[in-house]
Amino acid sequence: MKLTVNGTPREIEGAPLTTLLHVLREELGVTSPKAGCEQGGCGACTVLVDGEPQRACLTPVGAIDGSEVTTVEGLGAPESLSALQQAFTHHYAAQCGFCTSGMLMAAEAYIARGGTDDREAIQEALAGHVCRCTGYVKIIDAVAAAARGDAFDLTVTAAGTAMTNLGGVS
Amino acid sequence: MTQATEVLLPTSAAEAVALFGDGSGVTIVAGGTIVLPEITHGRIAPTRALMLSGAGLDTLDAEGSTVTIGAALPVARLAELAQDVEALAQCALGVADYEIRRQGTVGGNVCAGAGRDAPRGDLQGPLLALDASARSIGPDGETTEPVADFLGHRAGRLLLDLSFEKPAASAFAAIEYPHTHEYTVLAVTGVRTAGGEVRLAATSLADHGTRLPSAEAAAGDPDAAGAAAVADVKLGDDALASAWYRERTLPVLVRRVLSKLEEAR
Repeated sequence: MKLTVNGTPREIEGAPLTTLLHVLREELGVTSPKAGCEQGGCGACTVLVDGEPQRACLTPVGAIDGSEVTTVEGLGAPESLSALQQAFTHHYAAQCGFCTSGMLMAAEAYIARGGTDDREAIQEALAGHVCRCTGYVKIIDAVAAAARGDAFDLTVTAAGTAMTNLGGVS
Repeated sequence: MTQATEVLLPTSAAEAVALFGDGSGVTIVAGGTIVLPEITHGRIAPTRALMLSGAGLDTLDAEGSTVTIGAALPVARLAELAQDVEALAQCALGVADYEIRRQGTVGGNVCAGAGRDAPRGDLQGPLLALDASARSIGPDGETTEPVADFLGHRAGRLLLDLSFEKPAASAFAAIEYPHTHEYTVLAVTGVRTAGGEVRLAATSLADHGTRLPSAEAAAGDPDAAGAAAVADVKLGDDALASAWYRERTLPVLVRRVLSKLEEAR
């Protein structure tokens, strides 16, 4: 079987019923999709399969032979974050970070299919994603900002508000 | 991780039927949303897995007066029936979340066994109220039968498609929580046929959905129909709700569905 993972063609050795999550993390070393509940309920393993968000833990790799898979590693790099990643950074949309990869991939697809900054529509798009830090307000703020195309100066974000939020550490 | 010793990947419906054979020892994998966690968590260890993803069973035909739904159609695609069968589209859009609706299939939802902690089979209610026919393969060959009969012996059969006549009107009501839930606590569907017959069905009950014949007989009086519905169902306790709660909310949903059907006149 073959997959194109973040733009790179990969030969897959796992059996067809192996989950995509297992293939990504254990066979290919792509670790942004998280193994949370491993029964489809938490959303932390969500990746894009041919551009649409899908639970890697529920997907037998044999069912997506030949597909393109995109994970957070394919969105941006630390020195060149994607617009959505910048919005998550600016709006402090990650706390412990465990749900963040899945949130990012679902939100990326939401915006790609023309999603707006309507908060109810964002909630519906992210309904399958659980944040146990309960940081939903910031996450929705970030997705709404990215959907609007807001621009951010992250040097100001990091030096200013972030430190304030950490208790004034400078 | 346990792996199937043999994985079958049919590329047509005919090949899927041939590979399924009499179904003995075959685990069907359609969308994977129910079966994959069972494998991952070691609750089942399939020896022969029949994967339907490439078998061409993901069809939807609603051109004429009859709707035919392939068993491997993703649940999300039922939204396309919003004009013809509002209740079925509304029920489908309430299943789980965006990603699960795109991956889970109609057949998987209808055929799911009773859940351990929560009811399953959201789509059974609308399909029962629509008096859909189920075409399936089993040890005795191919059978087309009312979905109500199919549900009674669905284990061990390969569902191929479901078909029904477009109704004059349909309505759906469910207990809704303000946050996402994997499964519906309780739901009622009503259908009025072109001939004026009213059919009612409920889901999220013990084992599988069911028609509500006592409520149907009293459909002209929503209060009486709601009260009568309780006699038609076997209610269960689970992680989402108690039988006590379901018994008290079922009449409310029946009344809501009947008033929606009345408004649709």
